[in-house]
Amino acid sequence: MAVIAAIFLPLLASFIAGFFGRRIGDRGSQLVTCAAMLVALGLSIHLFVDVAINGHAQVVTLANWVASGAFHVDWALRVDTLTAVMLIVVNGVSTMVHIYSVGYMSHDPDKPRFMSYLSLFTFMMLMLVTADNLLQMFFGWEGVGVASYLLINFWFEKKSANDASMKAFLVNRVGDFGFALGIFSIFIIFGSVEFSAIFPAAASKAHATFNFLGWHVSALDCACLLLFVGAMGKSAQLGLHTWLPDAMEGPTPVSALIHAATMVTAGVFMLARMSPVFEYAPTALAVVTVLGALTAFVAATIGMTQFDIKRVIAYSTMSQLGYMFFAIGVSAYQAAVFHLMTHAFFKALLFLGAGSVIHAMSGEQDMRKMGGIWKLIPYTWVMMWIGNLALAGIGIPGVYGFAGFYSKDIILEAAYASGTGVGHFAYWLGIAAAFMTAFYSWRLLFMTFHGKPRASKDVMDHVHESPVVMTGPLTVLAVGALLAGIVGYNAFVGHEARPEFWRGAIQVLHAHDSIHAAHEGPHWVGFLPLVVGLVGIGLAYVCYILVPSMPATFTKIVKPLHVLVFNKYFFDQIYTALFVKPAMLLGFGLWKAGDGAIIDGLGPDGVAKTTRGVAAGVSRLQSGYVYHYAFAMVIGVVALVGWFYFKP
Amino acid sequence: MADWPILSLTTFLPSIGALLILLVRGEEQAVARNAKAIALATSLLTFIVSLGILVKFDPSSAGFQLVEEHSWIPALGIQYLRGIDGVSVWFVLASTFLTPICVLASWDSIDKRVKQFMMSLLLLETMLVGMFTALDFILFYIFFEGVLLPMFLMIGVWGGPGRIYAAYKFFIYTFIGSVLMLLAIVAMYLQVGTMDMRVMLDHTFDPSMQKILWLAFFAAFAVKTPMWPFHTWLPFAHVEAPTAGSVMLAGVMLKMGGYGLIRANLQMLPIGSATYTTLVFVMSVVAIIYTSLVALAQTDMKKMIAYSSVAHMGYVSMGIFSANAQGLDGAMFQMLSHTVVSAALFLCIGVVYNRLHTREIARYGGMAHNMPKYAVVFMLFMLASVGLPGTSGFVGEFLSMLGAYEANTWVGLFASTGLVFGAAYMLLLYRKLFYGKLEKPDVIAMPDLNGKEIIYFAPLIAIVIMMGVYPKSFSGVYAASLDHILTHHREALAAEGLTPPVANPASSFIPAANAETISAHPATSETPGTEHAVEPSNPETPSAETPAEAPHGEPKADANPDAGH
Repeated sequence: MAVIAAIFLPLLASFIAGFFGRRIGDRGSQLVTCAAMLVALGLSIHLFVDVAINGHAQVVTLANWVASGAFHVDWALRVDTLTAVMLIVVNGVSTMVHIYSVGYMSHDPDKPRFMSYLSLFTFMMLMLVTADNLLQMFFGWEGVGVASYLLINFWFEKKSANDASMKAFLVNRVGDFGFALGIFSIFIIFGSVEFSAIFPAAASKAHATFNFLGWHVSALDCACLLLFVGAMGKSAQLGLHTWLPDAMEGPTPVSALIHAATMVTAGVFMLARMSPVFEYAPTALAVVTVLGALTAFVAATIGMTQFDIKRVIAYSTMSQLGYMFFAIGVSAYQAAVFHLMTHAFFKALLFLGAGSVIHAMSGEQDMRKMGGIWKLIPYTWVMMWIGNLALAGIGIPGVYGFAGFYSKDIILEAAYASGTGVGHFAYWLGIAAAFMTAFYSWRLLFMTFHGKPRASKDVMDHVHESPVVMTGPLTVLAVGALLAGIVGYNAFVGHEARPEFWRGAIQVLHAHDSIHAAHEGPHWVGFLPLVVGLVGIGLAYVCYILVPSMPATFTKIVKPLHVLVFNKYFFDQIYTALFVKPAMLLGFGLWKAGDGAIIDGLGPDGVAKTTRGVAAGVSRLQSGYVYHYAFAMVIGVVALVGWFYFKP
Repeated sequence: MADWPILSLTTFLPSIGALLILLVRGEEQAVARNAKAIALATSLLTFIVSLGILVKFDPSSAGFQLVEEHSWIPALGIQYLRGIDGVSVWFVLASTFLTPICVLASWDSIDKRVKQFMMSLLLLETMLVGMFTALDFILFYIFFEGVLLPMFLMIGVWGGPGRIYAAYKFFIYTFIGSVLMLLAIVAMYLQVGTMDMRVMLDHTFDPSMQKILWLAFFAAFAVKTPMWPFHTWLPFAHVEAPTAGSVMLAGVMLKMGGYGLIRANLQMLPIGSATYTTLVFVMSVVAIIYTSLVALAQTDMKKMIAYSSVAHMGYVSMGIFSANAQGLDGAMFQMLSHTVVSAALFLCIGVVYNRLHTREIARYGGMAHNMPKYAVVFMLFMLASVGLPGTSGFVGEFLSMLGAYEANTWVGLFASTGLVFGAAYMLLLYRKLFYGKLEKPDVIAMPDLNGKEIIYFAPLIAIVIMMGVYPKSFSGVYAASLDHILTHHREALAAEGLTPPVANPASSFIPAANAETISAHPATSETPGTEHAVEPSNPETPSAETPAEAPHGEPKADANPDAGH
């Protein structure tokens, strides 16, 4: 029952706030949704203890969903360690965001609608992580997509918000297209889409081949790659990432909850959930590694050049998701989920902190118009420092580290220790990204809080610390950013405790076990991220505090490169030119030329026209003059006689 | 009550209502009021009676039920023969369910010749129900053609400015198709010697003849469905038709095509179906992509939804001729879902059309501000149309795509692009109607949904959610019939040495003898509402699940799917 309550309470709250928001008022809908989330969080903690620590994994079957021939799917809630971790992450961050929103949205007239959407999103996300089969995961998957669409477009008067929300939905749909094909393939290969049927059978299908579009390919590689396309869309991996930065159009709490902590990690979760299958799909894993590493690198380069405080954090999110993916690619699923968990805390912290800054700066998001406000909002400033220290992965080896210090290091170590070419590729790109992460994080801190104020006097006069309802959630998340790494390390990726904790929720072939290998790898592999991180911070200090003219000089030197990176590698422009415009043109062309000229022109309208023409011609024959008819008769007689005469 | 001819009752009750309306005389306004009242009462009564069909229907039996058999023209082997099976039962219900809604939707919007309009609507219901329940081919044909007349009148008399062109295009297009069908029916009669469709279903026609017959039937149903490239009458018909006409057209009349494709093409002519599967696949896939793109370019909202109908019906034809369980189930479900969703979307358009009298999308905008209820309702049906899981649209679309993918991966791949294209135009439409600033004064002046509108949207919303969350409540009724159809289809093909298209036969995935050596996750019991502990795989005993034990000796000692060693 705890499972059902933990998942359906947010739905109930969403329903009440959404449909009776006007009756119960702003305060009432905030109370209902926050209370439901708090209860759900409490239940999730209870479940986590029960499942992950005491080992009582469970599956609750609710009802039949789709049944068609051999295709049979139930509504069922599966809670094992992986899900329990996700429950804590989702309900934890979501609760904090709900409470924070009470303060952040205090001037908005549509509070009940906002709270309702947030709770709806949470429900969908919970359905996703508790899915017992791929179809139900797809339900949650698309559900969070819709909730995200609604929330990005929350201020629906803004054209930019309309654009961003549609883009998010459609790019995600491109991913879902792959996901759907992946589900189809899994069903054909395994005869089921339920995890309990797929996972035990995966090994036996390792060498099966599959006819995909006429090619005979490895069945599991094919299915896994298709699933990965879905993950790429949701988790903004390179190629399908263009929606994420634009999604920052939504209110900042939304960015924190959906576009940092939970929804965008759904792809990572899905791949981790499917680990028993991915383990037998080496090609798919290699592709995941390469794409993840490239994403981590490319996003970090873009992050260094942006000026919108939220977009910097958005690209940082994308980069960190890249880390999680290449961790999965080298079979370090547990490290990926560990990073997912720590990242959820510190990235939500960063976003909510940024929200607090924006709130203080009267809505300003451009870092070029900030600076020198750390004394005015000291609490937010401390929180942002903690978040960035966690993101950059700073710590003292063997003593203490911020959350990212543990999770990012184990990912990089595992990538190196995997010993494969793609693993090394990922390691070095990851190191480069780690350097850039530290650089842009401190660039953000320095530009926002330090140096001379660049905002107008009017704005500066109004800078104020956020109310407790906003700083409270920041504090809770900061505790996560401070402690999640050191506390979780042993259980998630530690040497001995790991199997006890996961209990088969994630499965890794012994030969692939890169986390195991990571613990025995050379020491410099683990030190290097920290070193480059510190160098990155130092460089940011030089660039933005000591010699503020340096960034401008530097960008002038590498102008073409800067243009490329600053414009986000022109992905948007290319996609617009390649897909969006042609689709509209093609639609118009098919309508006018295809339907109008060809089908109707040759079909009904053409036939009608011809008929009319013929009829008009024929009717002209009936002129009413006798000699016309007589003449026609003579011709007829001649023709007939001729026919019989010359007939062979 | 038990032995009442309930099918005939359902069919002719509306006609009796129409006759009653004919008798209404007097002052014009009173006539209109009385005609509406009679129409509503009759259609509601018919709906209640038709529920009796559902009650009496036994879903576990695949054959025809509630059969009514009377001699009619014995010399020609023509009977008055009625009956339903799982395939037809929901369409009867759909007709009787949508008619009262249409009466309500026309309550204020039709202001001229109300009496005649209501009569047309009721006659249309008679024809539709008659067509779905006919088991004699001549009866079937009469009703099939009979549907054209009231609809022709509804478009031609109560339609918009281009109604004459639209009405004739609609009539002639569909009529030409059905003439070919009549020829096929006569040819089949000459073979079998009776018009009894049950006999024809069991008769095996000569393979070469099947191919010709199949094309003749296909011509009729492809126009009706409509399939690309025979779809161009539909946008015109929809645009010009009054709301009620569009609702009946999209909701039920298009399903006559799908129903015919299942009943005549797939069931009676299996060899023909197997021969032309590729043709149908190509036409369906083109429909899905082509019409979705065309929908993107529309500026008239009714045209946009009309084109979306063609795309959605593409899934239906594709699913039917995938000739596997998922494809056929999906096609059937997609038809039912489309019945509700497209009807609802046309009703939604009717709501604003009644207020502003334009279908031009650009004339609206920002309506989420002043019509929040309407925005929620439209959003829900928009999402259902897009195929969001949890709504009715998902199940049918997903299953038919799965079925197609099983038959041919190319077809499945192309059809799945509809996930993106289908979302694109609906989101675009929604955005242009509801988002942005509320600026135009006449749009600002529009009131939100009124009570009558809420009354007819409420059941549609409930059905859309019900179908999405618990589809079995609908699919359970026809599962046995479809199963029977497929078995019969496979047997018929096997007799000719043919098989339905399969891209990846299941047998290719049962290769290894080590299949049973892995048991990391014992299957969990599926008893609803109970909690079970999942036995975690035990990392200490790898031998039980190590495929290295497999007899073929392939070195796979590394294949232990557990971490922690």
